[in-house]
Amino acid sequence: MNDTIYIVKIGLASCGIAAGATSVYQTFEAQMDRDHVSLIPTGCLGVCYCEPLVEVISPSGESVLYGNVTPKDAQQIMEQHINQGMVVQHLLAFPQDREDPEWDYFNKQTRFALQNCGVINPEDINSYTDAGGYQGLKKSLMLGPELIIKELEQAGLRGRGGAGFPTYRKWQLTRQAVGKPKYVVCNADEGDPGAFMDRSILESDPHSVIEGLLIAGYAIGATQGYFYVRAEYPLAIKRLRIALDQVRAAKLLGTHILDTDFSFEIDIREGAGAFVCGEETALLMSIEGRRGMPRFRPPYPAEKGLFHCPTAINNVETLANVPRIMYQGHAAYSKHGTEQSKGTKVFALAGKVNRGGLVEIPMGMNVNELVFAIGGGISTGKPFKAIQTGGPSGGCIPAELGETPVDYENLAQIGAIMGSGGLLVMDEDTCMIDVAKFFLHFAREESCGKCTFCRIGTEKMLQILTRISQGEGKPTDIQVLADLGQKIQVGSMCGLGQSVPNPVLTTLKYFRQEYEAHIDAGICPAKQCKSLIDYQIVTETCRSCNLCVISCPVKAISGKKGQAYQINETTCVRCGLCLDSCRFNAIRVTSLPTKHTEATTEVI
Amino acid sequence: MQDPLVVVEKIVARHRDTPGAAIPILQGIQNKLGYVSPLFLQKVAELTDIPASDLYGIVTFYSQFRLDPVGRNHVQICHGTACHLAGAEKVTDVLEHETKTSCGCTSADKEYTLEKVACIGCCSLAPVININGKIHGHLTAEKTKKILKGITREKDEGEKG
Repeated sequence: MNDTIYIVKIGLASCGIAAGATSVYQTFEAQMDRDHVSLIPTGCLGVCYCEPLVEVISPSGESVLYGNVTPKDAQQIMEQHINQGMVVQHLLAFPQDREDPEWDYFNKQTRFALQNCGVINPEDINSYTDAGGYQGLKKSLMLGPELIIKELEQAGLRGRGGAGFPTYRKWQLTRQAVGKPKYVVCNADEGDPGAFMDRSILESDPHSVIEGLLIAGYAIGATQGYFYVRAEYPLAIKRLRIALDQVRAAKLLGTHILDTDFSFEIDIREGAGAFVCGEETALLMSIEGRRGMPRFRPPYPAEKGLFHCPTAINNVETLANVPRIMYQGHAAYSKHGTEQSKGTKVFALAGKVNRGGLVEIPMGMNVNELVFAIGGGISTGKPFKAIQTGGPSGGCIPAELGETPVDYENLAQIGAIMGSGGLLVMDEDTCMIDVAKFFLHFAREESCGKCTFCRIGTEKMLQILTRISQGEGKPTDIQVLADLGQKIQVGSMCGLGQSVPNPVLTTLKYFRQEYEAHIDAGICPAKQCKSLIDYQIVTETCRSCNLCVISCPVKAISGKKGQAYQINETTCVRCGLCLDSCRFNAIRVTSLPTKHTEATTEVI
Repeated sequence: MQDPLVVVEKIVARHRDTPGAAIPILQGIQNKLGYVSPLFLQKVAELTDIPASDLYGIVTFYSQFRLDPVGRNHVQICHGTACHLAGAEKVTDVLEHETKTSCGCTSADKEYTLEKVACIGCCSLAPVININGKIHGHLTAEKTKKILKGITREKDEGEKG
């Protein structure tokens, strides 16, 4: 046995824990040789598709990443790798050859905001300061507010919550605004379904966001900061609290920070489950202890924000970039990206993609590169159909536009938005009407109800989409949807209302033929809409094994041993559970064009 | 067991100096007592200068708050986009069928409360559910049934033991 130290890092963010990382960690903790192994709990490295992850760094500095590790695998890693110095080949998350295309998952990324995620221990301030933490704050306090704002202007940092407003401008306006006290708020109310960038940063590198908030507070002249975090993210809140205690103990929070005149306090407010609170004025209402209903702008929060005082509200990812820009200089950031969209953007890559996870790319990389080089292509092996960015406020980008560079300007031009970073990949089995319906359903539930167009318009649009998905759409429906969508955009006060029609409008623009197939022929091309499909048993392949009978919740399947089974189509609720249970590919989904033709005739 | 209204009093006292305290108070009550009944709201209104109608407005606006207690097993079914694409509806069907209740409700035997929630941020494990704080991912109909069976078994063993 050699007497040098192995470092073992285990990703313990929510997704890792959900995949079983805690028991892997405990196995190492209980059985490792403490004289030769240093065990470090880290956050999320972004390789979510093969959690739990274990990184072993040998005394020579060589790093090996193991994926999908079970407690039993952990024992093998200890015995074989750590005790004998032999890499456990079959557990490797990536091939040993770093030039292998699988490594594109990392090689094509530019990790700036995420540079510490999965690398440092999020519950240890020393781990953060060893990685250059709080140097940005020190430098900022020496530079003074004006030069900080200048530095951010030169870096070209824009708000990463979705709208892309220049961060320096927001700080400048709040700094210049009359009124005291001033506030800074970190918007961590990450509500877009399918987005988990902010959760991951807060769970993996909370100090970077705290440092960003401190710099923001100093730059605009605030004395109080708030974190507004979704209550659905308990681990993020816990780690943030631990980090705040450590910062306070290190005298980086409180009065006379680093022996200067700067005094600052930070409180955490938990969201209570309202998507609209991601909208900045609604968020302020919520911190003030009221229903989270947006207020008219102007006056903008920079002028009249929290408790009617000047307030700067920044997103988690934006703030995580700030200390790095301050420490490493604006050029370190602005050298990435395009002319108008500088720097990098973090995306939560999910859906039907092989390598889903948290990735950070330089602005301007095109959609195909993101989906295929980084994401490893479509997980089902079926053709790539579209991506969806920006959640309920965003739009769908069809595969044909795969060459589109991902930056604020190009995405806006094709009708989608950058959004906060949710990026869903869809294959040909995804029904675009179903997707539009899903987002609209979400929007209708989450509309605060203040503006008529948002409150009633979304309900009406949902009714139309529902009947289209049931094969009862009218030829005029497409036009009505387009009109109504446009009216909701102009007739709503806040960002939520103005953007909720986007999923419908972009699918109408790029997948019109799919709407027409539902309306004119009563066919769902992706075979997803329950009213337009039937489940049938293929007589030739059915082995009458009885599994589908057991799986069926409504007892719609019957048959005798030795004969092919049958599905009673009137009882069947099209839940698809039989399809999942069948081991012989003996159940198929078919379209029902004829039914619809009869129905329309009756109506006429 | 402590009188719930005393618990409410303590929580209100803790937030005396919090600006905009209504939501943290209500969250504190729900964390301790499991729900916020109209009786608790009335008590908070008496102890603070926040009208009961405002409190009721807050409780009904935010989806986190519950006016009724939850069942022994609180099942949150994620309906984020990734989960939706990966079959959250199917998982919901199985859960509703097996627990004999529907989303937003508690089963008659008070064993299960089913709740649809927006994204819980574990998209790479879709579809996921959260049972009493533990996340279960990559669910299929079979796996979901197994998890429920495990809960029933634990309960039976607990009662015997």
